[in-house]
Amino acid sequence: MKGKWSVLPVIGLFLAALVLGGCGQGLSGAITVGGSTTVQPLAAKWAEAFEANNPEVEITVQGGGSSAGVKGCAQGTFDIGAASRELKASETSDYPDLVVTHVAADGVAIVINPSNNIISDLTLEEIKGIFATGSNDTWTVINREEGSGTREVFEKKVMAGMEVASNSEFLPSNGAVKQKVAATANAIGYISLGYVDSSVKALNIDGVACNEANCVDGSYPVTRYLNFITKGEPEGLGKEFIDFCLSQEGQELAVEEGYISVK
Amino acid sequence: MSFNPKLTQKLAWGFIWAAGIITVLVLLFIIGYVLTKGMPAISREFLFTEPQGGLSGEGGISSCIVSTLWLIATTMVILTPLGIGAAIYLAEYAPDNRFTHLIRYSVELLAGVPSIVFGLFGFAVFVLALHFSYSILAGALTLVCLLLPFLMRSTEEAMKAVPQSQREAALALGATKWQTITHVSLPSALPGIITGVILCIGGVVAESACLYVTMGGSSGMPTSFLSGGRTLAVHVFYLAMETNALDKALATGTVLIILILIINFITRRLSLRFQAKLRGET
Amino acid sequence: MSRYFIDRISRHIVSIFGIIAFLILVLIFIFILKESLPALQGIGIGDILFGSKWYPSHEAFGILTMLAGSVVATLLALVISVPLALGCAVFLAEVAPPRVRQITRPAVELLVGIPSVVYGLVGMIILCPLIARLSGTGSGSSVLAAAVVLAIMALPTISSISEDSLHAVPAQYREGALALGATRWQTIHHVLLPSARRGITAAIVLGTGRAIGETMAMVMVIGNSPIFPTNIFAPARTLTGNIAVEIASATGMHESVLFVTGLVLFILVMLINSIGLIAYRRQAS
Repeated sequence: MKGKWSVLPVIGLFLAALVLGGCGQGLSGAITVGGSTTVQPLAAKWAEAFEANNPEVEITVQGGGSSAGVKGCAQGTFDIGAASRELKASETSDYPDLVVTHVAADGVAIVINPSNNIISDLTLEEIKGIFATGSNDTWTVINREEGSGTREVFEKKVMAGMEVASNSEFLPSNGAVKQKVAATANAIGYISLGYVDSSVKALNIDGVACNEANCVDGSYPVTRYLNFITKGEPEGLGKEFIDFCLSQEGQELAVEEGYISVK
Repeated sequence: MSFNPKLTQKLAWGFIWAAGIITVLVLLFIIGYVLTKGMPAISREFLFTEPQGGLSGEGGISSCIVSTLWLIATTMVILTPLGIGAAIYLAEYAPDNRFTHLIRYSVELLAGVPSIVFGLFGFAVFVLALHFSYSILAGALTLVCLLLPFLMRSTEEAMKAVPQSQREAALALGATKWQTITHVSLPSALPGIITGVILCIGGVVAESACLYVTMGGSSGMPTSFLSGGRTLAVHVFYLAMETNALDKALATGTVLIILILIINFITRRLSLRFQAKLRGET
Repeated sequence: MSRYFIDRISRHIVSIFGIIAFLILVLIFIFILKESLPALQGIGIGDILFGSKWYPSHEAFGILTMLAGSVVATLLALVISVPLALGCAVFLAEVAPPRVRQITRPAVELLVGIPSVVYGLVGMIILCPLIARLSGTGSGSSVLAAAVVLAIMALPTISSISEDSLHAVPAQYREGALALGATRWQTIHHVLLPSARRGITAAIVLGTGRAIGETMAMVMVIGNSPIFPTNIFAPARTLTGNIAVEIASATGMHESVLFVTGLVLFILVMLINSIGLIAYRRQAS
């Protein structure tokens, strides 16, 4: 019997080492960033670069949606929550200790299938009409799920309080919307500027193209900040990581990925 | 019978042949489609590099394979003793009373509950309340809840199939109840029990819904059972929904089908052995 | 240590395992019920169950459209798969040459274990574009695509269990009927199928339960629109898909309503099983 019990301290030490391993000197340890699928690819790039600078650090990046980022951060699932929108009033009242840091900016592009070469420009009113009507013979409308930051921004700036029609498809991420629009001839959807590539066609709104310059000078109407959310002021490894994202190197990476610098 | 029996016989035969052939062809077509489209994309590189994550769909599936293995290990380490222990209790010890009936009833009841409902539970309890976050551990514990009813039932059935006379013979020879179980019931029921365990592994491999909400879906290489991850099945979902790398999705599907084939082959072998053993041919 | 001591200890250990297992199972049910309470009290079961508008950010929490989506997709799937699966079961059990059986039987059994995402994937790649072309508009994400995917998923389950129960019918029944001059179809129709009815019922119940609980494949092909499934070429949403897509970001009342959605699924499956059980008992008597 005695022989068996003598393993216990070893296991104890092992567990202690696991726990303490996270609080070593210098930059080491692991954090999880999760939430907005808009921020996800950018956060993954930042994590990769940050890990390259600090080999002892491990940063896990997950999706889930902006609301999932806020909720996850507030409830401790994520060390840093990612959201592509500002906090809602209900969130600030439910979780008063959340701190928001703007880490990049982004436009929401209205995208259609590239085979649709008749339309390249719509007015804000027309877009609003299409999304309030939903899918019909002219359009297959692709929406985002409840809780998406991109949808929240779209509803606020394009729909202006009007509801998007239930009669449209609801997909759980920017990638899924882009994929669906790319595969469906008469589809229309909205995705983060950072996701736009040749597989979809971004529309001009009232003649203004969705690109970096127009988002920065404010002539393109559908823009937002991308945020990192922490419980209390960022500290430790989380702070180091956010500082890196805001550094010149971090912001250059953001622009490279198709997002907009906040500096 | 107002119809001509010969005519109905012909019509019915036509339908049965058609149904048989259509069913088999449809199923073979699906498997064939996935295998033929997926096979060419499988290479050493595909199996041994990490997915790039994000939207490109570039890269391989190494971290998904590792996540799947971690998940199988973590799930089975908890599930196997719990499920088999509980089944031994039900099969050998439980008195024939209300409480035992209640246990059996709840096992029956939960065996049919959709996996996403377990996912809901796992998300709220393991991910949030117990702070395991999105992790392999949270996924594994959810799967334990999902598969427990199945393993308990299959183990209990295997043990019940062992003839009572064998147990009585052991007890008559002065063996304690526990000796009877470990030396008589368990060995005879073992192939049946292992079949159940392997089917559970198949269940882990095939499951996607309750892992989608408990494991987080990060495509990185897991470093412990507290890291998040995505299994092969969940990876198929992400590839199909978010990327245009459909060939990689089909290749991952092919790997899944091959895994299920292997699991199917092993269980088939074992259940043949179990039947032989019960007939006393070992 | 004496073997009697081990015996006593072991008895306690397995009893504890039995009780833990039971507690886990009870806990799941109680927990889902508890999490549902805020919505059941705050919104009311009537407004959730019979509300046809789902717009959580605007305080609209009706799940009737998804309940309809789940039920319609499942029923449609059964209409497609039950005749085919039974035909296939009879084919394999009674009609097919032994050679054919030897190959197809294991193949059909193998298909029971294929992950549902693989069926969803094939549905997305082949079925949806086909349906989009047929209907002339849209992306092909539709009730029809969902039903066909569910039907194909249910086929192997229903077929292989039905075949087993056909096999279990004693050979004398078959021989007796044939000796009385019945045709083979009359034998199957009047003797074999009625004798195997209990197993076939169980197979259909199992297939239905699986179909209604399927999640990821549905998210992939049904389009997730919270509208009534009035047109099989238009999208809809299932109860399962609603949970999977929204649970990560839901808070407060919205989260609680998702637990109610889970509860409804739970009850739906129990209902299906009870109907199956009643049918099963009636046939037994």
